[in-house]
Amino acid sequence: MNKKDKKLLKRIIVSLILFICGVLINHRIIEPVIFVLSYLIAGYDVVKKAFERIIKRKFLDENFLMATASIGAFLIGDYSEAVAVIIFYQVGEIFQSCSVNKSRQSISELMSICPDYACIERNGEMVKVYPDEVKIGDILIIKPGDKIPVDGVIVKGKTSFNTAPLTGEPLPKEAEEGDFVSSGFINIDGLIKIRAEKEYSDSTVSKILELVENSTMAKAKTERFITRFSAYYTPIVVALAVCIALIPPFFIGNFSKWLYRALSFLVVSCPCALLISVPLSFFCGIGGASRNGILVKGSNYLEALSKCKTFAFDKTGTLTKGEFEVSEVKAYGINDDEFMKYLAIAEKGSNHPIAKAIAKMASTEGIEAKITEIPGRGVKALTQERVILAGNIKLMNENDIKVPETDECGTKVYLAVDGVYSGYVTASDLVKDESKKAVSELYREGVVKTVMLTGDTAENAKNIAGEVGISEYKARLLPEDKVESVKEIISESGYVAYAGDGMNDAPVLALVDVGIAMGGIGSDASIEAADIVIMDDNLLKIPKAVKIAKKTMRTVRENIIFSIGVKGLVLVLSALGMTNMWMAVFADVGVAVIAILNAMRTMNVK
Amino acid sequence: MKKVFTIEGLCCPNCAASVERDVNKIEGVIEAKVNFITQKMIIEMNEEDEKRITEAAIEVCKDVEPDCVVTY
Repeated sequence: MNKKDKKLLKRIIVSLILFICGVLINHRIIEPVIFVLSYLIAGYDVVKKAFERIIKRKFLDENFLMATASIGAFLIGDYSEAVAVIIFYQVGEIFQSCSVNKSRQSISELMSICPDYACIERNGEMVKVYPDEVKIGDILIIKPGDKIPVDGVIVKGKTSFNTAPLTGEPLPKEAEEGDFVSSGFINIDGLIKIRAEKEYSDSTVSKILELVENSTMAKAKTERFITRFSAYYTPIVVALAVCIALIPPFFIGNFSKWLYRALSFLVVSCPCALLISVPLSFFCGIGGASRNGILVKGSNYLEALSKCKTFAFDKTGTLTKGEFEVSEVKAYGINDDEFMKYLAIAEKGSNHPIAKAIAKMASTEGIEAKITEIPGRGVKALTQERVILAGNIKLMNENDIKVPETDECGTKVYLAVDGVYSGYVTASDLVKDESKKAVSELYREGVVKTVMLTGDTAENAKNIAGEVGISEYKARLLPEDKVESVKEIISESGYVAYAGDGMNDAPVLALVDVGIAMGGIGSDASIEAADIVIMDDNLLKIPKAVKIAKKTMRTVRENIIFSIGVKGLVLVLSALGMTNMWMAVFADVGVAVIAILNAMRTMNVK
Repeated sequence: MKKVFTIEGLCCPNCAASVERDVNKIEGVIEAKVNFITQKMIIEMNEEDEKRITEAAIEVCKDVEPDCVVTY
């Protein structure tokens, strides 16, 4: 409870004591005096604000509604009612303020990834500075228990990190010299030194904080609807209240009875419950997601994600590990060792993931080779004695090298030495352990169609799609084809989500309703391009995000139906005179508090 | 440029919405957004108008909620 609320609480207690005295004392003059006093203690600020706003001609707010209702009750002679209304209203205000503060707090705790200081090593001495004073190239000392202030690379020592605040991943992450570490990681056990690679403002932590702070600015349709709704709602209700107060008495008389009904009507009419609980539900959903290492850039994306029935995936690096492994070696005419040596000589200079996997398998020490890359084909290597060609079937065909037929499984690299076919290796990309589970969980969440997009061969695509449980695949896509096929998917189905590693699929991420980038840590590009960023590589976070989105939307709907329902009912009842002002105040404040508590549940999705 | 303000003491999202509406009416404001939950107001404006718009925006906040505290 903050200072303002505590002060208000004291006022309410004093006012309540006076109120009870007023009820007990039955004196013609003292009673009204005590009630007025009690009223002013509890509600002077409401009345003051109401007047200030009338002067500024912006009077349709809750202060105006409450002040009019309570003053009206005084005029009719219902003193106790007037005081009770204002006390009840203020108690509700305290509740409301506390619950909003509570949710603000829990969300800022979720976001407690911000480092407080950095220890820089300068001339052999350790200096404590603010994270934003760190410059690129500075050497930082990270003690056990400290947060890494800026993104960097370990230059000395090894340790394990708690990455949970960023990724939601409970298992510690091991890291040693040469490894990239992200700001926000918490050092668990070893003393390490890192070299700053980025300034604080460009580091992962500030990117994330900025993103979360701004996330509720992109408003969901439902949210915008509620704001528009309230703009019409309050004036309409006030007009109705005026009608209730004036029209029936004109025909059947009994002015004060109808005025009382109109005043109750006014009390119920405040749209606050709706206005608070809807954005709060979204905010809590986004907060809960970020605790799981899922960054959502706006409530609109949460809303869209809950509607996505089609999920498209990039293959390499998303469904698969993006690491190739040689699964089959078939030497032809030479022995396996010799075969691997030639292949390694040719592939060692290349950055292609398959080449890397091959180069690891044999030593090429002491052999000099002149290597030419042939784009889309492979490589040509010239050593002192031999001409080596390594690459795909096109390379072989173009060099008139006869290749016996092989099966179509996996990606093949063929080798020819001095123009003679010498065999092939099959490299396969490994499917991530969790891919299958993630896809089946998506189906359980109501997803109807899953599509895999890849530049790989149809045969490979088919195998991997089958293994993971994906219903459709589109193979042999160049980057620009990906955009076209995603457009196709969008035209066939409603809301489409696409998950990729964010490296080269920025155009696709931008095209779909919800672009999901995997592996946000350390990759600015993906944080920029995507709508939802999964901080680590874990595919299971995607069904989790869908779950959170659905729960959020359900809560939003519950709150809308509940608050409009209760209010509508009480509005009708008070117009008919079947309720009193107490009920009316509950319908306003009580509903708001219940809706807020309901909204806070979206922070915890199992 | 974008300038971020913190508004403490806004009583309800209704007030936040009306601050947003009124700040958007200030001349020179490209876009203003008020978030009741994070208590943040972000105003996009041209750099040369910064001082004038800042003052006008604070006045709007005070108009809607006289006891609010605006910091930037």
